[in-house]
Formats: sequence, structure tokens, C-alpha cells
Amino acid sequence: MMKVREIVLPGDQIDLQGAKARYGLYKCGEGQFCSEYFGVLQKSEQFVDVVPFNGAYMPRRGDKVIGKVIEIGPSMWITDISAPYTSLLHINDVPWRTNAGDLKRYINTGDYIYAKVLSINEINESWLTLKDVGLRKLEGGTIVSIPSPKVPRIIGKGGTMVNMIKDETGTRIVVGQNGLIWIDGPPENVMLAISAIEIVKNEAHTIGLTDRIAEYLKSKKGEISGNSK
Amino acid sequence: MPRDELGILSEIKRSYIMRRLKEGKRSDDRNLDQFREATITPNYIVRAAGSSMVTLGKTKVIAGVKIEAGEPFPDTPNQGVLTTNVELLPMAFPTFESGPPNEMSIELARVVDRGIRESKMIDLQKLVIEPAAKVWIVFIDINVLDFDGNLIDACTLASVSALKTAIVPASSIGGKDFTVPTTCTPISVTMAKIGDSLVVDPDLEEEQISQGRITVTTSEDGHIKAMQKGDVGFFTMDEIKKAIITSSNVGKSLREKYFG
Repeated sequence: MMKVREIVLPGDQIDLQGAKARYGLYKCGEGQFCSEYFGVLQKSEQFVDVVPFNGAYMPRRGDKVIGKVIEIGPSMWITDISAPYTSLLHINDVPWRTNAGDLKRYINTGDYIYAKVLSINEINESWLTLKDVGLRKLEGGTIVSIPSPKVPRIIGKGGTMVNMIKDETGTRIVVGQNGLIWIDGPPENVMLAISAIEIVKNEAHTIGLTDRIAEYLKSKKGEISGNSK
Repeated sequence: MPRDELGILSEIKRSYIMRRLKEGKRSDDRNLDQFREATITPNYIVRAAGSSMVTLGKTKVIAGVKIEAGEPFPDTPNQGVLTTNVELLPMAFPTFESGPPNEMSIELARVVDRGIRESKMIDLQKLVIEPAAKVWIVFIDINVLDFDGNLIDACTLASVSALKTAIVPASSIGGKDFTVPTTCTPISVTMAKIGDSLVVDPDLEEEQISQGRITVTTSEDGHIKAMQKGDVGFFTMDEIKKAIITSSNVGKSLREKYFG
């Protein structure tokens, strides 16, 4: 049996033990807090969070996301960042000198971009930007998607998990906060990275996941290199 | 799971699929003629005359069979009646809507129906109670619960396995209940044309970039019982011949695996 984190249901009362309630909790009485979601409880010294198992992505300012261009307007690209609302990328927010009406030459419909959320307003209109380090149109590779609340587990503490998957499989990986992941590399390595991500997604609530993934990747990598020799 | 519900397949996914096909592999590591793992749960609905739930990868369908006494068609007084209906539930996919059946669900129902009818899987002549007056009417109702490509084959598998367990409620008219008289096991195999390759059991992404779809239904004797070409695109004569051979080979192995 794998050790799992504490799983809570909506309305479950949560013992804060002196920490502060942060995400996914609501006040349900004097000094009492209850869970808002079906998810796992995450306690640190200062804060208590409930991380839901599933849920839609809501853009926040500064998030780096992967979006698909679904429509081109006269002066902006309309992108799907797998949020309830579409997001806009204006020609002023791309690093190239573009003329209105000539947007297709740079990014076409069906292309994926790695962009930053520039701003979001009270009616959930959001704007993206490509003007920052590392932001670009994604070319080659493939895309997989996971529920956005599980993105922190894919990244791991300080990027340990994703860096390990990158190093062990020899692939290039870009993780968007919205749950889309871009992977590029030799096909068998990409398949291995996808299977590792699948495991992280399914076992996100367990403890000691990074070590298990490391073991899994090592054993699988032996198989691949063994076969090719 | 966010999917390409807007019908715009990403260029990245398209080129990834094409690149892998050049190596003779699929984007999910299957071979070109490999079906996804199917699970068949017969008698899924206890109160139905016959039923079955089938999952094919992430595609999930339930077929239910209902058998009632009724009037035969005037031109076939000595035969029972078979009707097939497919419902694409709105929860199955973002673009599925409730309301009258659309082109997709009508085509689906007709192809499934044709495979079962033309293979003479049900011996309709044994479903006559009183010639020209009263026969058994077999309703196959298929509900699509989750859509991830290749509904035709999933629906055929579900209908066939539901019919194999279905019971005619003859005790309601003073007879003795009996199982639906079946003669064979039709299996449909759908292929999508992507580039120059024919891929068996296409998933959603492969269906979206397909340049034509062809379904061939065969029975145990290897005869072609039904065919359907769908989507925009064309097939050369050689491709059709190849599709028929693939279908009968794949159909044979599926039949042994799930109905053996």
C-alpha cells in the first residue's frame, strides 16, 4: 500500500493546528475552517491548503501557460488556454514587428504558444504576452494535458520532478500552469516522459512520488538503451 | 480533460502523428493494425432484456436491447423487426447536443444496424409469433457516454454482445422465454486514412486529421457483410482491398479475443 496524503471532502472540518487557512478553505464557524473541495490536504508550518483533484484552470496574472490559437482577428490572436474563457494575444504583445491583417505569417490557427498572462479583468477577459524570456511559439514535439491543479506535482518542489523527468528521458519539456505540457525529443523518450507524467497525474496524492518516479525512469531507461544496443 | 472540442487540431499534434506514422507507429505507441484495449461487460443493465457496456480506450458506450411484441412490416410478414438507434449524450463530448439525431448519430446507427442486419446475426424468421400479425420487435438502443474516437466499432461490439445475452420475454404472452436466436458474430473494423497509411481503430486525434474513413464488417466465414466510407476524402482501389484484408484479419482476432 502506498502512503497517501490526507484526503478531504467538501464540508469536512479541518484542524489547522495553529497554521493559517489559505487556499480551498472557507470559514464555517468561530475559528473553524472547512474544505471547499474534494482533494488532498496540504499542511506546512504556516499555511494549510486544500488542493482539489480536479477543476478548471482560471488564469492569474503572471502565469505562464500554453495556449492554442483558435482564431485570428485583424489585430489579435484568440487563444484557447483550456480555461472557461478564451484569451487574447494582441499584436503589440509579440516580439516581432507585425502589420495588422498579416498575423497568419507569424502564428496560424492550430499553433501552440507558450505565453504569459499579462492581465485579467473582472469579467474574466484575459490578455497574453509573448514579450518575456523563454516565451515563444512552440514548434515540433507533442502536447499532453493534465488537470491544472496537478501542475505543482508535475513541477515538484523547486522543479525537482520536471527536471528529473527531463534529465532522465533526455527530452525538452515545457509545463504550462493551465495543465498543458509540451514535450520534444526522440519518440521513445517522449513516450517514456508521457508515461511518467501519467503516473504523476494518477498518483499525485501519494507520498514519496519523486523517488518512485526516479526508480521507474531508471528501470525503463535501462530497457530502452538495452534494446537499442 | 481539455480536448480539441473546437475542431481545430493543433499543428503540433498533426505533425507528431504524421512523424510517428512514418516510423510505422502511432502517437500512442500502437501498431497500425492494433485495436485499443476493449473491455466488454455483458448484462450491464439488469432490468434490460440484454445489455452491454463497452470501453474502447477512453471511448465508452452502453447498448441496451428491448424486445416487444408488435406488427411486422407488410413486405416482410414472416420476419421479426430490428431497429437500431444511437444517442450521442451531451456529456460524452463538448460539441454533442441534446435534441433530434444529427448526421453523425444517424450514420452511426445505420452502419451498426447494417452490420447486424446484413450478416443475418439475428435469425429474424424465428421471431415470428403469428405471421403477418404479430412478431417480436428488437430495439437496440446505444448510448454514447464518452467519445474518444471510433464509435462505430465500439457500438457494434456493444450491440453484438448485448444481443448475445438478450432474452425474448415470451412468457409475457404465455410462451417460454428464450434467448435471441443468433447465427454469427459480425465485427466491424474502422480504418482512417492518414497520409498513405490506414490506421485501425483511430482515436479522436487521428479521426480529426483523417482523410477518409472506411468501415468493413465481416463475420466468421470471412464474408464482407457491410461497408461504409465516411468523411471527406478518397480511397484508391488498392487501399480498399487492403482495408478489406485488414478488417477480416483484425476482426478474426477480435472475435477470438472477446467472443471466443
